[in-house]
This record gives sequence, C-alpha cells and structure tokens, in this order.
Amino acid sequence: MIKVKLFATFREGRQKEVYFDYFEGIDGKYILDKLDIKEEDVAIYLVNGMDGKLENPLNDGDTISLFPPVGGG
Amino acid sequence: MEEIDMGRYDRNMNMLTKEENERLRNFKVCVVGCGGLGGYIIEMLGRLGIGYITAVDKDAFEESNLNRQILSNVNNLGQYKAIEAKRRMESVNPEVVVNPMVAEFNDKNAEEILKGHNIVIDALDNIQSRLILQDICEKLSIPLIHGAIAGWYGQVTTIFPGDRTLDYIYKNKVQKGIEKELGNPSFTPALVASIQVSEALKVLLGRGDLLRKEVLYIDTYTQEYHKVRF
Repeated sequence: MIKVKLFATFREGRQKEVYFDYFEGIDGKYILDKLDIKEEDVAIYLVNGMDGKLENPLNDGDTISLFPPVGGG
Repeated sequence: MEEIDMGRYDRNMNMLTKEENERLRNFKVCVVGCGGLGGYIIEMLGRLGIGYITAVDKDAFEESNLNRQILSNVNNLGQYKAIEAKRRMESVNPEVVVNPMVAEFNDKNAEEILKGHNIVIDALDNIQSRLILQDICEKLSIPLIHGAIAGWYGQVTTIFPGDRTLDYIYKNKVQKGIEKELGNPSFTPALVASIQVSEALKVLLGRGDLLRKEVLYIDTYTQEYHKVRF
C-alpha cells in the first residue's frame, strides 16, 4: 500500500489522505496521473518525509506528500 | 557611539538584552517587495529598531491592495509603495533610515540592490524573481529569509548561502503559485511576515533555532503547521 498525503488545495475534491495498492514500478508520476494532478502543479514532493523524485519507483509501505506552490507576497 | 533613548524599546527588554537592542540599529536589512508581506515586515523591523532598511518595490498602491497591505490606505492610492514605506516609518520610528527604491527587482539590478546588507527578506510576489533573489544572495553571501503566501496558506524558510532551499520547494519548474487562483486575505501576510521577522532577528543576533533547510508550511484553513526538512 502507498499512502498519499495531500496538502492545501490538493485536498479540494479529494481526501486529505488517499491510498494506492502497491505494484512493482509504481511511482509518483503514476499517482499524480490517477489523482489528476499536473506535474507542474507540484512544488514539493516528499517520499517518507524526504525530498523525492517523481520518476523513482516507490516501495510498498511508502508515504508520499504533495504540496502545491505558494508564491504570493 | 551616541547614547540613544531606549525608552521606546522598553517592551523589547528583557526578551532582548540592552546590548542586543543597541546592536539592532547597526544592521542593514533589504526588504524586496513592499506589498502584503513587505509592508508588515518593514513595520516590524522598524519597531524593533533595525537601523537601516532598504525597501524595494516598483509599484504604486491600488485599490485591490487595501484588503491586506498595511502600508496602503485610501489616501495614498497611486503613491509608490517604497516611498510610502519611508513615510510610514518617519511617523513610527524616525530613528530608522528607510532607503526607498522604486525599481523592479530583476537579474540586471539584483546585485546592486542587495549588496552591503546584513540580511535580505523575500517579500516578492512571484516565483521567478525569488529564484533570482536566492542566486544573488548566495553570490553575495547574504542570508535570505523566504516567505510566501497564497490564500489560507503560507510558507517560510531561512536560507544561508549554499542551502538553495528554494530549489526544493519550487520543484518541477513551477511557474505560478496557487495565489493566482486564491488571492490573498489580510491575515496570511501578517502571519508569514511575523515569522520571517522573527527569523531575521535571530540570524542578526546569532541565537535561537532557525528554519534552516526546512520549510514551515502553514495551513490556516485546517490550522496545520508542517515543518518539511530538506
């Protein structure tokens, strides 16, 4: 199982947390696609609390976190 | 050094020592952006007694600023924000020198604007300019206090030369933040600005724990505050 924690506007129309069944090769890109979130809309991508790369394969039990960009002043 | 009347800083004691209070007037701080964040930041730096503040902004106040920008009011619409920052501080704390720069911050003038300051505070309103700010602060070896807002949300981090924390929090070449859809209310600028100023004060005085290599991600809608480490 992969746990996905969503933050800020990524929660709109979704839950705070969503889960995906693990399969070999599942990665951040697959999860974004299923969540209908564009890659360019993700500012922070964490795997188990650490900075991650969307294209790296995930492991069963991983938790990923997705934050949208905040840029105003 | 001339003795200054410390009465106005009475309530800064004993959180700061008298010696620290006096040291503050020798620091030069550059605030890049005088809008939602920058207005509050300048206000707080001035009341702390930071001696010299450079206030950078190319824009003049317009009506849509009134919902959140503390330097704006119905009487100064059309006036340059950086100039109004100076005017404001003249009536709040005349001991503070505010150097207004009515200019667009960009890669051409960044070095000239930032050099000579002890610390830079990011109060810009777009991601591209923030990345330039990070580059030039690194080149000039100046600590940078980043803050950004969008609707209910905000973030703060303290960046020392070499940290390059913005590279982690604006990944995937993101071009625009969610503020473009959400706008900005009155309270997130004040909140994020306060945290930025507390970080700046600690960097200047060399004590306290900093948000270094970590980002405080703020969600006032759910009141969740996450520290993300890099």
